[in-house]
Amino acid sequence: MEKFIQLTDTVVPLDAENVDTDQIIPARFLKATDKEGFGENLFRDWRFDKNGKPNEDFVLNQNKYSGSILLAGNNFGCGSSREHAAWAIKAYGFKAVVSSYFADIFKGNALNNGVLPVQVSPKFLHKLFTSVEIDSNEKFSIDLEKQMIRIESSGDAEHFDIDPYKKTCLINGYDDIDFLTSKLEAIKNYEQKRSGKQAVPQETL
Amino acid sequence: MKKTLFDKIWDSHVVESIPNGPDILYIDKHLIHEVTSPQAFNELKERNIPVFRPDQIVATADHNTPTINQHLPVKDLLSRKQLKELSQNCEENNITLYGLGHSYNGIVHVMAPELGITQPGMTIVCGDSHTSTHGAFGTIAFGIGTSQVTQVFASQCLLVEKPKKLRVNVNGKLKNGVLPKDVILYIISKLGTNSGTGYFCEYAGNVFEEMSMEGRMTVCNMSIEMGARGGLIAPDQTTIDYVEGREFAPKGAELDKMKAHWETLKTDEAAEFDQEYSFEAEDIEPMITYGTNPGMGIKLTGSIPVEGNKSDSKALAYMDFKPGEILLEKPINYIFIGSCTNSRIEDFRVAASYIKGKKKAENVNALIVPGSQQVATQIKEEGLDKVFEEAGFTLRQPGCSACLAMNDDKIPEGEYCVSTSNRNFEGRQGPGSRTILASPLTAAATAISGKISDYTQNLN
Repeated sequence: MEKFIQLTDTVVPLDAENVDTDQIIPARFLKATDKEGFGENLFRDWRFDKNGKPNEDFVLNQNKYSGSILLAGNNFGCGSSREHAAWAIKAYGFKAVVSSYFADIFKGNALNNGVLPVQVSPKFLHKLFTSVEIDSNEKFSIDLEKQMIRIESSGDAEHFDIDPYKKTCLINGYDDIDFLTSKLEAIKNYEQKRSGKQAVPQETL
Repeated sequence: MKKTLFDKIWDSHVVESIPNGPDILYIDKHLIHEVTSPQAFNELKERNIPVFRPDQIVATADHNTPTINQHLPVKDLLSRKQLKELSQNCEENNITLYGLGHSYNGIVHVMAPELGITQPGMTIVCGDSHTSTHGAFGTIAFGIGTSQVTQVFASQCLLVEKPKKLRVNVNGKLKNGVLPKDVILYIISKLGTNSGTGYFCEYAGNVFEEMSMEGRMTVCNMSIEMGARGGLIAPDQTTIDYVEGREFAPKGAELDKMKAHWETLKTDEAAEFDQEYSFEAEDIEPMITYGTNPGMGIKLTGSIPVEGNKSDSKALAYMDFKPGEILLEKPINYIFIGSCTNSRIEDFRVAASYIKGKKKAENVNALIVPGSQQVATQIKEEGLDKVFEEAGFTLRQPGCSACLAMNDDKIPEGEYCVSTSNRNFEGRQGPGSRTILASPLTAAATAISGKISDYTQNLN
């Protein structure tokens, strides 16, 4: 997994709440058996009309906005468990998503792909949106080590939370599989201990 | 310390707790399907990691399958490739697959419970957010992403932080015509789509105790629509009666042993929850949604809220509804009864009992999709297929179908569909489609009248 340590970049503001994973990547694009090509269909039905023509009103099609930070409204990534949503965001070029709330499964999927979900207070989220509205070239600086997000022009900053284990993984580029496969002995011991007990589900298949 | 049902199951599945970090949680059953597994199998291959416990994995094909002519090769080439990869991956890794056409095939959250694969006290995961369904049996069941599917393949475990605990109580007597779907739509409309984020939700109270297993599955299924990773209901005699005798359920002395264990699976009296909500059954009426998330629900006879923010306005614009509008009498051209939320035999019985002797309105396309081969067989055995046929409904073969429209079962652009599925997101049932979530009874009644109508007056 790619490492994530520090990022300073311009921002794409998506001012919508409850952005669900069906919007991030519609189900009809889930037929792939690899992880390639999802970036082209990120926000497909908001980005393009039914004839494939770019929708000029949509923020990803506005030249004034670019960068690897996606700024979004409350409860980002709700809905389906499809990791294709995180793959699409990553493949498009986003390295961090900032919102005041993330759905659980999306948050985990993003972290497992080296995309950092930065959860800020609703008040700070409003500040972030305002700063980008005033100047589309505004940059945010995200420091994972210090767990701080800062607006470059004003210096306004906020601390964000992240699971310490996940933080270590991101900073070092580790993933959970490396960790779990190093624990197989403990897992086998658990299985053995459990099979000796009466009151636990036994294998039935 | 007093423990909740959730604590009891979780704690007994922790292999190790990482200091200041997540738990290594042991997974009893891993369910997989064609859409979220191929990349996980690829990753295992690339990293040369074997599947650790293939006997604890069960596969089905459901998301991407056609609902007609299942005996013929799948027309859509991408879908066909995905299904072929699933078969190959299962074969190479000694995983049991109930593929298209198999008598056990069906939507993963319908077939696993009906085969007795789902049992109280287990931990169950699947690369599908509606895995919460299995919580109806008093299991910890939740949806995972593909990276986590890979993790479970590699270790039969997941690294997860223990969620917080939420309890939702509903007590009292439900009104006539109010189904489990209405109960959960009501709860989500009151609490909102992110109220459950970070929590596992236990449903308690006489309303859930008196529900059938099918009804409990409908409720737990939609826990994720309020953001909760999973929902669960304490197992009781109803649960045991459902599980007993099923294909892969424990039998004989083994069953007696398990029953004794299952009886311990309940929340201790003074156990504490991080959050708790209570509702009165009498306040719940048949529900419909008017917006583009499942929290945007009102009673069938209600009006759309006038107050709203920018996102609410965007949702109403998409649906072509207005603040304050009443949806009764709204003409509807499509209804869908199916999905992992409402495609079990009880759902079709309730629909058929309303439809019997009536005809669908001419303007309506009414699609009925059973959740599994077993449900499809039961529909025939009980003669419900004749009821649907005579009323002009289209009965298809099992699968996820128009719930997410990965196959050809799509609702056309701009059309409304009263649907028993779980998500009314923009374009969920096909690009430009407009979904109104409801119970099977509301969907059936809409098909008959051709518009949203208050059928509760006509009920016995």
